[in-house]
Amino acid sequence: MPRTPPVSDWATDFDVLDDSYVKDPFPIWDDLRSRCPVASTQRRGQTWMPVTYEDVTAIAHDVAAFSSIDTAVIPGEDIPEEEVLLPYGFPPISVDPPIHTWTRRLMLPWFSHAKVDSYEPMTRALCASLVEGFLASGRADAAADYAQQIPVRVIASILGVPEEMSETFTGWVRDVLEFADDPERVQRGSFGIGYYVFDEMNARRENPGEDLLSFLVHAEVDGKPIEDTIVVGMAMLTMIAGIDTTWSAIGLSLWHLATHDDDRRRLVAEPELMVTAVEELLRAYSPVTMARVVKEDIEYKGCPMRAGDKVLMNYPAANRDPLAFERADEVVLDRAANRHVAFGSGIHRCAGSNLARMELRVALEEWLARIPEFHLEEGGEVAWAGGQVRGPRELPVVFR
Amino acid sequence: MRVEIDAAKCQGHARCHAIAPALFDVDDYGQSSVRGDGTVPVDMEAAALLAVANCPEFAVSVTDD
Repeated sequence: MPRTPPVSDWATDFDVLDDSYVKDPFPIWDDLRSRCPVASTQRRGQTWMPVTYEDVTAIAHDVAAFSSIDTAVIPGEDIPEEEVLLPYGFPPISVDPPIHTWTRRLMLPWFSHAKVDSYEPMTRALCASLVEGFLASGRADAAADYAQQIPVRVIASILGVPEEMSETFTGWVRDVLEFADDPERVQRGSFGIGYYVFDEMNARRENPGEDLLSFLVHAEVDGKPIEDTIVVGMAMLTMIAGIDTTWSAIGLSLWHLATHDDDRRRLVAEPELMVTAVEELLRAYSPVTMARVVKEDIEYKGCPMRAGDKVLMNYPAANRDPLAFERADEVVLDRAANRHVAFGSGIHRCAGSNLARMELRVALEEWLARIPEFHLEEGGEVAWAGGQVRGPRELPVVFR
Repeated sequence: MRVEIDAAKCQGHARCHAIAPALFDVDDYGQSSVRGDGTVPVDMEAAALLAVANCPEFAVSVTDD
């Protein structure tokens, strides 16, 4: 059973949860760019979807007209105001300036180059041990056994929460991001993470550690501690934004290398290409779509956007725009000019982009060092997730 | 050749620093800046142009000074 009713016309009735879009959105974007670069739909409320680099980046920069108060690609259920537990959502992603400015400033140093360098040895050891675990068997699920196992443990270490909880965290994050059209799962995931983080926050009031959560609990802004709901929201964001996204990028990159022998062999033979290759894989297979809310009625390129409408920030489509990239639909491992916006554009640029890049690079290096030759398992099915974050969830590969 | 960064446009993607760390510094908040007065040694001119071509915010530029 398909998850959604069939799409009649992608320009006026698009659905990012449609099976064909989740599996292979590229021809759909090409079609839209050629005839209607800002698509629309009435499914799940009035929503607009720009698919060119110019439109996506212009809207991302216009924070006065397009708010971040709701960045969910699949809207949640309406909750009465008195029942909202986190009035600011997950700062800084879910707020506009001025709260955005100071919450982001608290987060950024935790993902600086120096900090990310300090997380690299544990990431590398983790990746190596994961590969060693399935190397002898000659096959693996590159998504579930590898990609999915990496970012959750790095994030757990940054937040100072036990890595034994990794599977639980992963389940909660998937509930929130991948099953956003299922209110029960969204509630299970968001309450799971929220109450877990709330308890951990309280524990750190008395017994602080060297972790991000302890830092936030004890941080002061303008001489005052941060509201609990903001601390909880920021910690939840670290988990939600730091796990599913990077794991998807790793899985998408391994899917590409499993299905493109020339690129895989070239990257193994020329490891110095890794730096441009990571950027190119991020461009060609950007996992994350965000959303904005139209603040006041506005006409954008002939589209009558009304206050409250959603606009999908289709960074993955922008990165495939032939007006912005030569050979946009090809993966060019040594692409020299690459202004991709896989991490967004403007003031909401992904705060964890340095971390994500390191994780992706190290994950590919450690895999390719031990498994230079691999391909999709014959008869195996690749299972895809989509919506806010696109990537393979089952990726059976063989390597001998 | 001299490199410049428009601090108001920089959003901390840090691509310039990754491409040419000798020309660009980046602080703990992601803000990039040019090292020294931004003068580009001849053997780094290609890297400077790459930094321009990879900034998603169009914040990096070069002049012929």
